[in-house]
Amino acid sequence: MMLFVATLLSPLAGGLLLGWMNHSKLAARLNILTGVTTFVCSLLLALQVLADDHFDALGGWFHLDAYNVFLIVLTAFVGMTTTIFSAPYMQHELEHGRVDARRMRLYHSMFQLFQLGMLLGFTTNNIGVLWVSLELATLATVLLVSLYRTPASIAAAWKYFILCGMGIALALFGTVLIFFTSSSVLGHGNEALTWTLLLQHASELDPAVMTVAFCFLMVGYGTKVGLAPMHAWLPDAHGEGPTPVSAVLSGLLLNLALYALVRCKMLVDGATASELAGHMMMGFGMVSLLVAAFSLHQQRDIKRMFSFSSIEHMGLMTFAFGIGTQLASFAALLHMTVHSLVKSGIFFTVGHAAQAMGTQKMAQIRGLIRHHPGIGWGLLIGTAAIAGFPPFGVFTSEFLLFTAALHTHPWTCVVLLLGLLIAMAGLFRAVQPMVYGEVPEQAVPVQVNMLPVYIHFALALLLGLSIPVFLASWYDEAAALIISTSVEVTIL
Amino acid sequence: MKAVLFQLLQALLLVVLAPLAAGFVATCKARLQNRRGAGLLQPWRNLRKLFGKEVVLAAHASWIFRVAPYVVFTATVMAASVVPALLVSTPLSLTADVIALVALLALARFFLALAGMDIGTAFGGMGASREMTFSALAEPAMLMSVFVLSLGAHSTNLTTMISHTLDTPLVLQPSIAFALVAMLMIALAENGRIPVDNPTTHLELTMVHEAMILEYSGRHLALMEWAAMIKLLLFATLILDLFFPWGMATDAGLMAMLLALLCWLLKLAVLLLLLAVCETSLAKLRLFEVPEFLSTAFVLAFLGLLIHYMLEVSL
Amino acid sequence: MTGSFTLQLVNGLAALMLLVSFALLAQHRILSVLHWFALQGVLLAATAGIVAWGTDNHELYISAIMTLLLKGALLPWLLWRAVMQLHVHREIEPLMNSTVTMLMALAVTLFSFHIVQPIEQMSALITRNSMAIATACMLLGMLMMITRKKAITQVVGFLAVENSLFFAAIGATNGMPLVVEIGVAFDVLIAALIFGLFFFQIRTTFDSLEVDAMQQSLREDDEA
Repeated sequence: MMLFVATLLSPLAGGLLLGWMNHSKLAARLNILTGVTTFVCSLLLALQVLADDHFDALGGWFHLDAYNVFLIVLTAFVGMTTTIFSAPYMQHELEHGRVDARRMRLYHSMFQLFQLGMLLGFTTNNIGVLWVSLELATLATVLLVSLYRTPASIAAAWKYFILCGMGIALALFGTVLIFFTSSSVLGHGNEALTWTLLLQHASELDPAVMTVAFCFLMVGYGTKVGLAPMHAWLPDAHGEGPTPVSAVLSGLLLNLALYALVRCKMLVDGATASELAGHMMMGFGMVSLLVAAFSLHQQRDIKRMFSFSSIEHMGLMTFAFGIGTQLASFAALLHMTVHSLVKSGIFFTVGHAAQAMGTQKMAQIRGLIRHHPGIGWGLLIGTAAIAGFPPFGVFTSEFLLFTAALHTHPWTCVVLLLGLLIAMAGLFRAVQPMVYGEVPEQAVPVQVNMLPVYIHFALALLLGLSIPVFLASWYDEAAALIISTSVEVTIL
Repeated sequence: MKAVLFQLLQALLLVVLAPLAAGFVATCKARLQNRRGAGLLQPWRNLRKLFGKEVVLAAHASWIFRVAPYVVFTATVMAASVVPALLVSTPLSLTADVIALVALLALARFFLALAGMDIGTAFGGMGASREMTFSALAEPAMLMSVFVLSLGAHSTNLTTMISHTLDTPLVLQPSIAFALVAMLMIALAENGRIPVDNPTTHLELTMVHEAMILEYSGRHLALMEWAAMIKLLLFATLILDLFFPWGMATDAGLMAMLLALLCWLLKLAVLLLLLAVCETSLAKLRLFEVPEFLSTAFVLAFLGLLIHYMLEVSL
Repeated sequence: MTGSFTLQLVNGLAALMLLVSFALLAQHRILSVLHWFALQGVLLAATAGIVAWGTDNHELYISAIMTLLLKGALLPWLLWRAVMQLHVHREIEPLMNSTVTMLMALAVTLFSFHIVQPIEQMSALITRNSMAIATACMLLGMLMMITRKKAITQVVGFLAVENSLFFAAIGATNGMPLVVEIGVAFDVLIAALIFGLFFFQIRTTFDSLEVDAMQQSLREDDEA
């Protein structure tokens, strides 16, 4: 209980405090401290939840189970490493005049508020509050994306704001529709939006309404996940914002949206007793994978390219959750973990690379290994990991995903494989010339902190070589939780 | 037999009262503008004067030009006799419905436009083309607005619609309000009243109706003018019938008829007064804004239709 | 009797909501857009008040007052102030093609009526009919966001979408739980403040509030 409150309070307190702190170096340290505190609290909390199976806090307003607690730890962890990475990175930006002291304050404060929104979203048991916290996290990142105040960054933030605003409005409408049918079952109060109660009474909810509701939720939260064809905001927001923001957008915010979608899918499955929701998710996932794989090839900006890779992987996860079997959900959860780790690691590396070369244009980034071996090798390893090369966790999860797909929908494997191959080709075609070759003249030495990157990649490697037993059982439990409703459906 | 008599009386009433109604509007407008006005009977005096004058025909006028006034007048009188003013069910109104009414008015309009073009002057052709453009927008809007009402009554027959409105208890029906606003806008446009056309202007560039009858004189002109006045009264009566039918006589008793006459005159006075106020306070729209005005009417009527289905079907 | 009277009033307000949505879509002048937007907020508050009275739900009175203050007064005022400070209150925004827009709007309304039909058949709530209207208003708000070229009118479209969601919550479900409603209202307020901030940044950066200029800069940045 105390731990739970501490987990939520530490980013809140940190965010408020950082909003007043003018000394940027001190602020960066406090930022790291907040990140570490949040992570430690969340880790202890997770252990406690695992021991008790599940955990309800503050009169049922918050609900922790195997599914979300692992995401909380992941969020807190990536948040922590991002704070570590951002300290030297933002210092460099400050020294080069891309931000001033006031903006630094805004950055730190908004970063922690974003963390708060994320954690609140993952822990809450009320799908209305889930929406509110996702919106909170979005608003915080809008300010972060426009941090540099360049024309392009303002335009990107505006696009992000408008498109996601539209998407998230649709999701709210879906939530209203759920409330519309559940209020006749669960009464006219908070109970009718409480997720655990909704799940218990899912079969009593009206199937027609839930189907319409899921269409809105799918498009709404799908916009936030970055699924094609609603993905237009994502590359711009990733490309124009500061790199730590790109890292958490890709690594965390997309996860929260997908998490919300999956939670809603569980309800819809229970109500409709059909696979409609799953099929919709599979369709959107597959389209996103293909669109992203082809778009990868046309990118000139390194951050934009990797953001398309994020769309590709979010598509894969959506597809896996759509299949809905135990194995597929296991694969999706594992993929979520390794993707968050590897992708944020890549963005850290890319951020340093862009600082070293003074540009984000891939055509002008050359000879990274010669210029700074840490960055060059980091980028190469990260790309290998995200493209799904064997020793890394991405390979494992993709392999599991293919196995699951072969069981239920064999023909989809051809499409998936094609998409993955095209994406891999695109990534390597772009990364190869950047890491090898001669160092261009404009390159400058930078102070880098590769520690978070190495930790991320090492963890991804570990997950690829052998998943620790406690983690595997954890995933198993979470996967069982996600599919429990669908299993009932097949039995019925 | 009695019914036929009432039918004739009612039609006659509309035809005879029409100039008076036009005079009433003109007088109200004059008073609102702090003028004394020419008096209620002025339109009658004008008509009498015109009937006494000689007809001057243009050299190129064909038979269409000569026939048109009679066709226009007859079609309008026919239309007027279809609309029940006092009695809900009359022999003619049982057979003809709103679509026939619109068709009769369209016939009149068709000949009016033909006559406008017949002489070959620039103004006639211009007026005719404008009239047709506007009517192409106004007619669907008018039908749409009538359909909103007929959905409730399941008929486009005026008598059925009126009795339906009289029979149902008074509830708040937003769709009807939308249809009413649309209908009022269309009535303004169809009768060439101020936001769309100015009946008293002879300023070349803005005329619509006046441009078409510019070449007419004598009894031809009198018939054309009279037909326009009847049309105004017809529209007013139609609006009263469809939206405010309370007070109409359902049987042909003398008392009921007198009461209906009183009610009708009262409602008519209010409506025409509103028209006068509206004409005094609004400025004329520029010509290219008229289609927008009419499409607004259409959208309103269509919204009424949708709202009827969305909100009121299950009532 | 009260029930059916409330229903009639709510239906009337629903019709007016739809009318306002159409009017918003058809306005050329920024100031008249704001006037209609404020009217929409007031209508919302009235709906909440009437539903509260009809269902005897005291929480809804709170949200009615909240709506009146936030959506009927504060947000329009904030936008109005931004418009005045940016000196764009006289600007006329050319609509793409008002006839096509109107036809699209009618089609959208029909479409929303169609998708909501299965929902309306099952509900026993007195206000279920408003769901179709709310859906239509939401889609019309989105249409406004798509067809408008200026940042401010896009924002009004966004807020109109938010308004119609609130209308769905009030009119169709007799109001969401208060916590959620306060949360949503808070988010909208923050969003509006951020929007306000953005107007000035966009204006200083691009010298206009045209969205096309922004798109152009993104493209240039990608190609540079």
